[in-house]
Amino acid sequence: MSAPPVYLDAATAAPLHPVARQALLAALDDGWADPAKLYARARRARQLLDAAREATAQTLGVRPDELSFTPGGTAAAHSAVLGGLAGRRRAGDTLVHSAIEHSAVLHAAQRHVADGGTAVSVPVDRLGRLDRDAWSAAVAAPGVAVAALIAASHEVGTVQPVAEAGAACAAAGVPLAVDAAQVVGRLPVPAGWSILTASAHKWGGPPGVGLLVVRKGTRWESPWPADEREAGRTPGVVNLPAVVAAAASLRAVAADAAAEAARLAPLVDLIRARVAAEVPDVEVVGDPVERLPHLVTFSCLYVDGEALLHALDRRGFAVSSGSSCTSSTLRPSHVLEAMGVLSHGNVRVSLHRETTAAEVDRFLAELPQVIAELRAEAGVVGL
Amino acid sequence: MTVPAELLDCRGQRCPLPVIAVARRLPELPVGTVVRVLADDPAAAVDIPAWCRMRGQEFVGRITGPDGPGYDVRRSV
Ligand SMILES: Cc1ncc(COP(=O)(O)O)c(C=O)c1O
Repeated sequence: MSAPPVYLDAATAAPLHPVARQALLAALDDGWADPAKLYARARRARQLLDAAREATAQTLGVRPDELSFTPGGTAAAHSAVLGGLAGRRRAGDTLVHSAIEHSAVLHAAQRHVADGGTAVSVPVDRLGRLDRDAWSAAVAAPGVAVAALIAASHEVGTVQPVAEAGAACAAAGVPLAVDAAQVVGRLPVPAGWSILTASAHKWGGPPGVGLLVVRKGTRWESPWPADEREAGRTPGVVNLPAVVAAAASLRAVAADAAAEAARLAPLVDLIRARVAAEVPDVEVVGDPVERLPHLVTFSCLYVDGEALLHALDRRGFAVSSGSSCTSSTLRPSHVLEAMGVLSHGNVRVSLHRETTAAEVDRFLAELPQVIAELRAEAGVVGL
Repeated sequence: MTVPAELLDCRGQRCPLPVIAVARRLPELPVGTVVRVLADDPAAAVDIPAWCRMRGQEFVGRITGPDGPGYDVRRSV
């Protein structure tokens, strides 16, 4: 029990990037005033906010006035969906979304349906890839206000055909909202969207900062009570020190993204190959090629997901799971369900800039024994 | 309409228990036999068909009856 802990849950929250930490500490001293006020301190805060917006917009390749900071990725996704629906209510009341959206998008969809609207879920295949024909048909149907597609699955890593899905939306005159929370800071942002969202703690920024980008010309209307801040898109004062840290760290990770992807993707390949070879009765899920560079998911037959997380935690490994017993609702992950893959004994491993090959190796060395022990305890060996 | 030869009552059990129950029982029965697993854990709807795929057994289908959801599995190997 002397080995140091190994954090493998970057898809939930990446460790704070040193640049974020530095910028956060500096901005705590310098950026606490309200940027909207008319005195020297406020002007300083305004400068910091403007600079953060410009740097972030530049990294994303968007205009600064298209970008608003939100209190996180969830809030950004809610705004993207509900604001897209509100802005196009005259065109119709249907929301089209993939079956594997983040719960933030699905909860916004539920709200829309509860308010009398319609939501159409488009299926994915066994690898978690969008059904392109079903998507094109769904967005071309009458009455579609907005469509939502996750850029890459936060649960299984499969990258979605955003450009193609966006082209189908454009042909139908439907704006596309893309949840790029797992992509921003790791892969180039795909083309084809009208509304884009992201979350800073996925790239090493602080928690509680999200990005909402609404392309010029997109019909989008704030679903929240009126507020002037952030171009009227996000109510409330922004957490300026966190925003400054998010912007600084995004610039740093974007500069390193290609090299990081090239370093992490082979580690993910290694996990995929060795888990499949060395753990009996395991299903490694998600697209093996069109995938995020840092994330891999697998399910172990006859193993209780919660027991597996605890056993790994006891050995110092922090991972995530989509198994029903690990969720507060006691339902399996809707993503695994939509793909039709085994949902129990599920583990998601996600790597980050501090992850070393030695840590991955230790995880791979210990995992087969952890699973064998759990199976022995449950009396399911040889089934 | 399939008539199951045997009923495995796994109501109240959480996954992976219903899957383990069918994995224990099915190989003891002759090839061609259909077993119905009653399971109210929503994960069973995903995991029983997935188990059949991984083990080369036939997932016949899901039924909804007065006893809640049931999953028919035919031993094919
Ligand atoms: C794809 C995706 N969208 C949205 C979110 C929500 O972001 P946040 O944690 O900042 O609310 C997450 C993180 O859980 C995510 O992975």
